[in-house]
Amino acid sequence: MHKTHFLKSILVAALFAAGAHSAQAADITGAGATFPYAIYTKWAEGYKAATGNQVNYQGIGSSGGIKQIKAKTVDFGGTDAPLKEADLDAAGLVQVPTVMGGVTIVLNVPGIASGQLKLNGEVVADIFRGEVKKWNDAAIAKLNPGVKLPDLAITVAHRSDGSGTTHVFTHYLAKQSMAFKRDVGAGTTVNWPANGVGGKGNPGVAANVTKIAGAIGYVDIADAMKNKMSFVALKNKAGNYIVPNQDAVADAAGGANFKVKGMAPDLLDQTHKNAWPITSATYVLAYEKGADAARQKGVVEFLTWSLNNGQKMAEDLGFVALPPSVVKMVEAEMKHIK
Amino acid sequence: MTELGNPMAGSKAVAGPIDLHAGRVTIFRRQDRLFHGVTQFFALSVLLTLVGILLSLGIEAYPSLSTFGTAFVWTNVWNVPDEQFGALISIYGTLATSIIALLIAVPVSFGIALFLTETCPTWLRRPLGTAVELLAGIPSIVYGIWGLFVFAPLFAEHVQPHLQAAVGDIPVLSGLFAGAPMGIGILTAGLVLSLMVIPFIASVMRDVFETTPPVLKESAYGVGCTQWEVVTRIVLPYTRVGVIGGIMLGLGRALGETMAVTFVIGNANRITGSLFSPGTSIASTLANEFGEASPGLHLSSLFALGLVLFVITFLVLAASNWLIARGRAKAGH
Repeated sequence: MHKTHFLKSILVAALFAAGAHSAQAADITGAGATFPYAIYTKWAEGYKAATGNQVNYQGIGSSGGIKQIKAKTVDFGGTDAPLKEADLDAAGLVQVPTVMGGVTIVLNVPGIASGQLKLNGEVVADIFRGEVKKWNDAAIAKLNPGVKLPDLAITVAHRSDGSGTTHVFTHYLAKQSMAFKRDVGAGTTVNWPANGVGGKGNPGVAANVTKIAGAIGYVDIADAMKNKMSFVALKNKAGNYIVPNQDAVADAAGGANFKVKGMAPDLLDQTHKNAWPITSATYVLAYEKGADAARQKGVVEFLTWSLNNGQKMAEDLGFVALPPSVVKMVEAEMKHIK
Repeated sequence: MTELGNPMAGSKAVAGPIDLHAGRVTIFRRQDRLFHGVTQFFALSVLLTLVGILLSLGIEAYPSLSTFGTAFVWTNVWNVPDEQFGALISIYGTLATSIIALLIAVPVSFGIALFLTETCPTWLRRPLGTAVELLAGIPSIVYGIWGLFVFAPLFAEHVQPHLQAAVGDIPVLSGLFAGAPMGIGILTAGLVLSLMVIPFIASVMRDVFETTPPVLKESAYGVGCTQWEVVTRIVLPYTRVGVIGGIMLGLGRALGETMAVTFVIGNANRITGSLFSPGTSIASTLANEFGEASPGLHLSSLFALGLVLFVITFLVLAASNWLIARGRAKAGH
């Protein structure tokens, strides 16, 4: 008698607890871009410590993230290549930026120190389409009077896997040179020139550049700093030669207008004085009208917590946090996630 | 069935009446039929899976194959932005690396197996044999990382320049070893692959060499054969089928190896003819591009590449069966 009574009361309590819980934020899952994987998992750790809610993020690639969110198998998707307004409307998705990064040009040329070599977008494009083949080419020498350039073949180190980093880098170069757009193209996987060598992931490219004398490649700032690589100083729109760092990336965001649908302004080649030209943001996609209110709330709470408490974590990992004004806009945009 | 293992149950059955015995036989028959059915289902499910994979590959590859036709197989272009796809570059990389791997792995494995079965002191057999088998247990990504970070730099610095100096201007050879010594490329991939397939080929060869009846070998030694003659005239002909099987097992692994090759082949979509230059294999192209391939021709062409690898593997298997059958016919078995 007593036993059944006791069981009943437990059941009732459990039901209440479940009912109460469903109004709370729930554990959520996300999948997508690998570029922000490190920071999303770091944020998830901090968020769990603060709120007790779990966030699982799988780095499966941007196109995978878009596929998953459209197939409704995850609560949020991550993508480096933002969706266009029409796509967002068609799929009923809300898109917000979370964190920014920069793609840097790294090189391994004996006798050239980090930041010593100056290049502009056009020459970089000619190098990466295989038109400029030697380090002592006149085009490079012209920008670097007084620097002793070796008679060494250039090896273009690029990503072998489809990648958001390649997407950002090739779109920047395609803006600089029609010839690059025609020969190589712009996208996550492109048609690299004959003196190219592909490495898997940012670490693969970093390894190839470090090991091959005369190599030039592109990796994100975090990987370049981790591997203590030599940078190219790149001329920006304002005409200044910029050595990539987090401040230069933040400066690029300062000049951009995020007040567009999808919050994805073109961050490449910004006009601010110290802006790093190859800057991009990574984005999260969520449902405008989700089936599960608790999970929808979970996504909003996770991002709100992360954007307000996770700036330091982002900087430590080589990312660049969104400026406070943009965070406000993201919070306003997330009111559409219901 | 389990009752048979129980002596108590057995004694009861013997003591029991005849009709009970007959009842047990029907139960046994039923169990046999059930057992037959279950094992048949397992065996057939393998066939079904195979057909399923082939079908889904075919369906997914159809848009690409219908666009490019059979020219897909011999087109020397893989251009993602322009959506021009052909498999030749990947097929070349796959075959070139696998052939290099076999050219090195077969003689080395033969030597290992020969030493282990014929001339090795007994106390050394076990540790050496275990070492070879352990080599097979190393995950392929470890070979890849080792190849990229340890082997490639050493190879670029200490081997490639000397190879180029040695061949000098000899017409064909200088072409094979042309280009900047970067340490990664077709040759490096072949060398790393050879390391990976040696344990497979060597352990199969050792096992089949051990099956040679001692009486045959001893008779040969008795009539004055040298050790080399015993191996080439007695052991090899006796074990030919197994040796071919072992080589084909190694080839199968080399053709489909993905991670290790992706790390060291250089991943460039072109054929230069030089073994030093970077290339790509079917498996490494799939590993590289599948994750971010946009739906449409690109994805479909990747499936078509998978189908091509499937066909190549099938042809290798068929060829090995044919070789084995021919060997049997010749030997008069």
